[in-house]
Amino acid sequence: MAEKKIRIMVAKPGLDGHDRGARILARCFRDAGFEVIYTGCHQTPEQIAAAAIQEDVDIVGLSCLSGAHRYLFPRVVEILKEKGAADITVIGGGIIPDQDFPSLYDAGIKAIFTPGAPLDTIVQWVRTNVQPRNE
Amino acid sequence: MTMYFTKNTLNQSKELSDKWEEEVRQTVARTPDQKARCSTVSDLEIKRLYTPEDIEKTDFARDIGAPGEFPFLRGNQATGYRGRYWTFRMFSGMGSAFDTNARWHMLLKEGNAGLSTAFDFPTLMGYDSDSPKARGECGRCGVAIDTLDDFRTLMEGIPMDRVTTSMTINPPATALWAMYCAAAESKGASLAQIGGTIQNDMLKEFIAQKTFMCPPEPSVRLISDTVEFGTKHVPNWNTISISGYHIREAGSTAIQELAFTLRDGIEYVEDVIRRKGLDVDEFAPRLSFFFNAHIDFFEEICKMRAARRIWARVMRDRFHAKNPRSWWMRFHTQTAGCSLTAQQPYNNVVRTAVEALAAVLGGTQSLHTNSLDEVLCLPSDHAVEIALRTQQILAEETGVANTIDPLAGSYFVESLTNKMEEEAWAYIEKIDAMGGMVSAIEKGFPQLEIADAAYRFQQQIDAGEKTMVGVNKYASSAKQEIPVQDINPQVEEEQIARLSAVKRRRDSRAVKRDLDELKSACKTGKNVMPFCIQAVKELATVQEICDVYREVFGEYRDPGLY
Repeated sequence: MAEKKIRIMVAKPGLDGHDRGARILARCFRDAGFEVIYTGCHQTPEQIAAAAIQEDVDIVGLSCLSGAHRYLFPRVVEILKEKGAADITVIGGGIIPDQDFPSLYDAGIKAIFTPGAPLDTIVQWVRTNVQPRNE
Repeated sequence: MTMYFTKNTLNQSKELSDKWEEEVRQTVARTPDQKARCSTVSDLEIKRLYTPEDIEKTDFARDIGAPGEFPFLRGNQATGYRGRYWTFRMFSGMGSAFDTNARWHMLLKEGNAGLSTAFDFPTLMGYDSDSPKARGECGRCGVAIDTLDDFRTLMEGIPMDRVTTSMTINPPATALWAMYCAAAESKGASLAQIGGTIQNDMLKEFIAQKTFMCPPEPSVRLISDTVEFGTKHVPNWNTISISGYHIREAGSTAIQELAFTLRDGIEYVEDVIRRKGLDVDEFAPRLSFFFNAHIDFFEEICKMRAARRIWARVMRDRFHAKNPRSWWMRFHTQTAGCSLTAQQPYNNVVRTAVEALAAVLGGTQSLHTNSLDEVLCLPSDHAVEIALRTQQILAEETGVANTIDPLAGSYFVESLTNKMEEEAWAYIEKIDAMGGMVSAIEKGFPQLEIADAAYRFQQQIDAGEKTMVGVNKYASSAKQEIPVQDINPQVEEEQIARLSAVKRRRDSRAVKRDLDELKSACKTGKNVMPFCIQAVKELATVQEICDVYREVFGEYRDPGLY
């Protein structure tokens, strides 16, 4: 039986259009052999959570460069929980000041990658920490 | 034809180059080069040496000429920077209109010559601070403006008849410009007096920056409305700043930035002529441009020189403009945010200084220098001051402004300028063949060209083929701590309270009437600007005006190309 691939959703919550990092990561995950869904910009947390469930993804990668991550990232985790999809891993990246890390981890964000993180490091983190669900 | 070099010089050069090449072969055999291939940050290959042969086809009068003369390779102004320096124009905006107004007064006091407004994301996207979509964003990346009331606060104590203001605003440009016009009039400055710029360049939003609202076609129509209104009523206003900056920040090469920006410019000119029936010389002198100054020094200088020459040729030969002012490419420059690093942030001061120098040697008319902390947060007062001082040092200490276009005639610089122009034309022709930029955008062409370039650069960084000091080389474990400017979380609450107070006290019937009139102007093709001005005077909000556009023209959704 063919090995099940990791399904990852790269998502841009909020109004921020800085999507260079998100698009590079989408390509990089695709090249790494993952199944990639990219939402495009300007998604609400509600839209992202609904799409993640509908697409049956294993992990959601959120990207935000506007400073609104403090509200948007935890909100995505919260909605996933409410909808019984707490097993979907959520990670985040963008311009995230160090002092915001603890509260994001507390809110259930499993990893945070900021500018300068090598693509390979991010891919390895996903491989190590995420198993395809629904075997 | 006046060729740059005589036959004799070229023969001598050829002979010496052959000898030199032999010398290089022998040396490299003993001591190999550090790198097999040298290229710019855009991955454009650069030769070890440039000689007269590299510009043997250059025609002095046709291709180089004099400053203030066609093709303006050497600048628009005959006097260069001796008449006046470039405008020190620091981009700023944060929190509430009160906060930003305070920053502006500080900047003007410290020698900043023109203002430049950063709006927060809700304002940029045409949402009010009380919209559910605005949650968590209010005042974070710029100033929150909902109504004319906020706008008047923003301009408090600013002499609007003298200080020019640039506003980085795109889909809601008509609404914010209307507020500027209304605020100026209420302070006694007439529309004929005020000067400034609205960015108002939607094509680059679809290509790169992703601050979009309505689909491309109606977006371009709204821009043509502003160009027409400015031409007739606000003659000193730049109604568009055709921007390569964001294209580059999204990861394009320098040539892509150059080509896509100029092709966007062509699209706007065509639309105004076709839709408004204006003569090109009536409005072309007010078109302005905006470029990035990235870290690759010579590539940036050559890009800016090439940009002036291409635009002059486009305006004269493609659009048959007759007024020399229509041939001018006037542009603002900002140093490259994407070249800065969160690691070892003090290094950013050096990067910004080098980039600013490139912009000056490229002949920019206006410049924003990034602050060292902009990669982490909105800039602090202290960081902004260093960035502004960087420009003042360049202008008044280094002597680089003493003479015009000092790098002209360099074999390398002229050759690279020619190369960038040639490759930009190839892109422009390709987009022409696709039916223009709107159609190229619908096919995803510029978006995917940029995505390819951005991905290639990231791979080169990860492989160590390109260096970012402090990131993939010379990283240090000791962290450079810098103070991070934060936005008071109260801003959102206070702004929403102000907005609801305005909504309670205004004449809501008048607002509704004005918005209905705006809607009918949208449908009938009447110029929307007078209707926007009328509506903002009655305290219609940015979102209420944009909701009219959304309703009439529809909403554009990001196709999510990568």
